Amino acid sequence: MDERKTILDVKGLRTSFFTDDGEVPAVDNVDFHIRQGEVLGIVGESGCGKSVTSLSIMGLVPSPPGKIVSGEILFQDKDLTKLSDKEMRQIRGDDIAMIFQEPMTSLNPLFTIGNQLREALKIHKKDWSKNQIQDRAVEMMKLVGLPRAEALLNEYPHQLSGGMRQRVMIAMALLCDPKVLIADEPTTALDVTIQAQILKLIKNLNERLDTAVLLITHDLGVVAETCERVVVMYAGKVVEEGPVHTIFNDPQHPYTRGLLESVPDMRFKKERLYSIPGNVPKPGSIKVGCKYAARCEFAFDRCRVEDPALYQTAEDHKTRCFLFDPKEAKSHDRTIVES
Amino acid sequence: MTEPLLKVEGLKKYFPITGGLLGRTKGQVKAVDDISFYVNEGETLGIVGESGCGKSTTGRMLMRLLDPTEGKVTFDGKELTSLSASEMRKARRDIQMVFQDPYASLNPRHSIEKILMEPLNVHNIGDPKERKRKVHEFLEIVGLSSYHAKRYPHQFSGGQRQRIGIARALMTNPKLIIADEPVSALDVSIQAQVLNLMQDLQRDLKLTYIFIAHDLGVVRHISDRVGVMYLGNMAELADTESLYEKPLHPYTQALLSAVPVPDPEFVREEVVIKGDVPSPANPPSGCRFHTRCPFKMDICSQEIPRLAEVEPGHSVACHLYEESRPQ
Repeated sequence: MDERKTILDVKGLRTSFFTDDGEVPAVDNVDFHIRQGEVLGIVGESGCGKSVTSLSIMGLVPSPPGKIVSGEILFQDKDLTKLSDKEMRQIRGDDIAMIFQEPMTSLNPLFTIGNQLREALKIHKKDWSKNQIQDRAVEMMKLVGLPRAEALLNEYPHQLSGGMRQRVMIAMALLCDPKVLIADEPTTALDVTIQAQILKLIKNLNERLDTAVLLITHDLGVVAETCERVVVMYAGKVVEEGPVHTIFNDPQHPYTRGLLESVPDMRFKKERLYSIPGNVPKPGSIKVGCKYAARCEFAFDRCRVEDPALYQTAEDHKTRCFLFDPKEAKSHDRTIVES
Repeated sequence: MTEPLLKVEGLKKYFPITGGLLGRTKGQVKAVDDISFYVNEGETLGIVGESGCGKSTTGRMLMRLLDPTEGKVTFDGKELTSLSASEMRKARRDIQMVFQDPYASLNPRHSIEKILMEPLNVHNIGDPKERKRKVHEFLEIVGLSSYHAKRYPHQFSGGQRQRIGIARALMTNPKLIIADEPVSALDVSIQAQVLNLMQDLQRDLKLTYIFIAHDLGVVRHISDRVGVMYLGNMAELADTESLYEKPLHPYTQALLSAVPVPDPEFVREEVVIKGDVPSPANPPSGCRFHTRCPFKMDICSQEIPRLAEVEPGHSVACHLYEESRPQ
């Protein structure tokens, strides 16, 4: 068992959007935790709730129409969902920081890079002198591997390339030594060669600074390469959770298995790709039963009427599927083994 | 050997950079700079590269949605580059395109029937009754149902819209389909469905594909041969197996080693390239990759390497392989 202590604990989180058609739960009863210095991946397709989960942690769910309906997000014995806006502002950017997918839209085009880096320090480190702030900004720019750090601080975002902007975002996020860094699709907008550089940087900083990283992505390759543990989400729910080796070598949930099978592999040619039938359901459209039942090749009657729990299948492996319900296991063991 | 279906020779596209008070041309962006390749009937040629490498510009020039600055495109014995606009319109019956964004490439105000019927109207194929029948037939072929014809694009998911985009391209029974990033906007599980569909259609309708994409895994899966582009040049062109198993160009090697592999046990051979892609408005002299190349030699900054075959079916544009070439 991992000895590191849990730093962020999400329990029974439900975040909903209230629309004209009623409540749409984007994140539904989600549990997971991150340990100190760990890289945890959340993987899933569009609409699975992975981004809303991260926004919930940061207290950035657009409200209205969004709202955290129930659940707890425990960070250093504080429940983030109960904090006031003011208290949350002190944590955001200081103890928990976030980087986003599109580095161009997350930087203000009207201010220099230096301006934007110093702003975060001015807010969180009120007792620092101007020189201290400047030195820290330069230090972080160097840490993320940006050349001519001093000069870059006086430049504007449009003068940088996409990869450099993402490095600036990372520098900005790490200014106050956060305990947790949330990276929401940090490399999706970048080319592969630049993506490789950024992922390497994130991993490197995680090891050097012992910052826990929550990496949100749709790319299974990125997960395999950077994460220690993986949470797979589907239609607002965690469907499987486990160490990266277990998830990739011994996936249990039919969705995880389908997802892994359907990725074309660069290393060899598959004759034909496995494809999961049907489409990703709209959030809130499936009210009863397992959300994946309609697309699942193993679905049986119970799946369509009852919502499966997250079953513990090994010490660190959980699966939300009736096939792993100890009560069902006997009769269905074969289906899984033979397929 | 039979003639290839499509032959491209010395294709170039320069976009002018205008500026200043009088809008004079100040320079040129060399989006595509002297590329040549061919595509045989019934095969799939994949074109990969990072953003700004000119792969989409190439695709658009083949359809003459953009007019090339220089070069020759021969399709099925006809030289497309010398056709008049109206002759080109007729030729497009045999060359169709599938676009990246299934949200932007279907008119939201038109029903699916209207969208699919348009190519038939333009090319004057069949009578109204026959056209309607064809719409229904092709909807079924791409895995939708004929009752979908009355619906509008917003009623479909991304994967279904891409199926409609493919059906539209098929309406005129084309010989060649140019697919520009057809699956990159789709989720993984849907991407597999669309790739399988494209392979089935190729087999059943004897189609030829040019598949433009940035995802190296997807390109390997679907292509018979692959061309790698960098800053407007073709860096390497080879049979898929040979390219992926034994990449020759340092850029291809770096590109392949940068792709994250969905296997945590995988240990990569790392070929690190530093920095970003230079601006195509001011490309490096000589080999365009020399500023990032780990094997740079003196000659690389002076002379442009030419794409030449170093092994049967494997061409590369790199000075490292200059000696091994048959003279």
